Amino acid sequence: MTRLNLTLAALLVLALPLSLLAGKVWIDPLHPALPNAALILIDLRLPRALLAITLGAGLGASGAAMQGYLRNPLADPGLFGIAPAAALGAVLSFWTGLSAGPLILPLFALTGAGGAMALLGLIAGHRGDGAGSGAGGGIALFTLAGMMIASLAGALMSLAISLAPTPFAQSEIVTWLMGALTDRSWSDLTLAAPLTFAGLALLRASGPSLDALLLGEAAARSLGLEPRRLQALLIAGVGLTVGAGVAVAGIIGFVGLMVPHVVRPFTDRRPSRLIVPSALAGALLLLVADCLCRLIPTVTELRLGIALSLVGAPFFLALLLRLRRTPAFDGGLG
Amino acid sequence: MSLAASALTLPGRLHGVTLSLEPGQLTAIVGPNGAGKSSLLACLAGLVTPAHGTVLLGETPLAQLPPRQRARRLGYLPQSPEVAWDVTVETLVALGRLPWQGAPLHRAHATPAQDHAAVEAALSGMDLADLRRRPVSRLSGGERARALAARVLAGAPEWLLADEPLANLDLAHAAALIARLKAEARTGRGVVLVLHDLAAAMNHADRVIVLAGGQVAADGAPEQALSPALIERVWQVSGEWLGEAGRRTLSIA
Repeated sequence: MTRLNLTLAALLVLALPLSLLAGKVWIDPLHPALPNAALILIDLRLPRALLAITLGAGLGASGAAMQGYLRNPLADPGLFGIAPAAALGAVLSFWTGLSAGPLILPLFALTGAGGAMALLGLIAGHRGDGAGSGAGGGIALFTLAGMMIASLAGALMSLAISLAPTPFAQSEIVTWLMGALTDRSWSDLTLAAPLTFAGLALLRASGPSLDALLLGEAAARSLGLEPRRLQALLIAGVGLTVGAGVAVAGIIGFVGLMVPHVVRPFTDRRPSRLIVPSALAGALLLLVADCLCRLIPTVTELRLGIALSLVGAPFFLALLLRLRRTPAFDGGLG
Repeated sequence: MSLAASALTLPGRLHGVTLSLEPGQLTAIVGPNGAGKSSLLACLAGLVTPAHGTVLLGETPLAQLPPRQRARRLGYLPQSPEVAWDVTVETLVALGRLPWQGAPLHRAHATPAQDHAAVEAALSGMDLADLRRRPVSRLSGGERARALAARVLAGAPEWLLADEPLANLDLAHAAALIARLKAEARTGRGVVLVLHDLAAAMNHADRVIVLAGGQVAADGAPEQALSPALIERVWQVSGEWLGEAGRRTLSIA
């Protein structure tokens, strides 16, 4: 384990107990006079904190893997269209009125993510890499396909919102889409954690192939990279982490974009070395951000997805400005 | 082991190219733009599957070698290679060891000590030892070309296939790089370079293959393959070689 990973893990271990104490109701660990302190801690705050860690880790790691795969610091897990497709699934559960049933919403969302994964797999499988097709087009074509899936899912979501059967369903959908971890329970965690950690393992396994891709597709293939195997690993890895995240918390943007950037300068810049620290930093970011959302005195709790976008969008703009100042920018941010 | 192509055909690019390359030699592939040089090199490297014909590495068809095995034996340096992230020279060169790494229990993987030794040898072979900690973005064109060549050499391949490695290099850096690649050939490695500079091919190659319109127009020792008559036929330029053998320049009328 590198020093960076150890530092991030240590910060996470420090932040976790603090986050459990913070909230509308503060818990003083030395004088737990609050009659239902144990209940708040174990049934409300602990699953929520663990869920923030799980989802943050998944988003951070998929962002790192996506940026490595596309060799572009502006890439984001949403580019594959998996998050919008999962959100579409969830929206349909509201639309049909089935979302009230236990686990129905996450299952709809996971079905949406699975559909996008299958579609991506089909596109990856059909791309001939034999005679005639050079080393070029592969990744670009695949990414464009992902963006089309994202765009289609987005349009269908808007359609579903505009044609919502009742104003109540409409408001439910809109609120849900602004991702949040409010009132999440152990059952959400038991659903999301295994999927996310399986996805993380797959993303980690893609590390050496992503390192080879640093040299471009042709050189990477000459180093033994198998493009279809890598695509399969990434579809499954990003699909499981992002799909599980959307299923239990809605859309949480910008973590996958921001975290790898913050972490990259502390690594040797190989994509394989970015995945684990991005997972740890993503976990830390989401844990702290969710905690702050609980603390900011707004009438209803600030939605985590909105808070992160509020921070994330200016970050993205600053990033773009920094790229413009880099004269011979070829993907490697200083 | 020899690297042989028989009747390679890629529609629109190669038309029945047959040749057999021997290790221990520096072979130059030359030809006008669009002659199929890069396509031939990509076929020889196993990166493009020809529509017809086969490439044999020793007795084994390339298409039957698993990617990792192929990668250990054939090193390939693409034309204008990119480096997407600003890694250091040492990290870049170490990427050449990827085909030798993998799950620790997998058979026939290199030990970290072997990887380290190969990276060190490649760094010193390309005279990069002092630059090892420098980020790629801060290298000059010549240093960058050497670092990219060292990346291929770190994999200790039997064959080094490079697509225009001298492009964008000034005179001194081009001469230095080709001298190093020639030295690699002297160690018994097969070195195949796609070159645009006919004088470089004439002066440094042991063998020159001239491609024109996707076919082999000439194949042999540089003095024979690059005769003024052939240059006129293939490039439609009349010229003559000046100077003594090994230091020739092409004078174009």
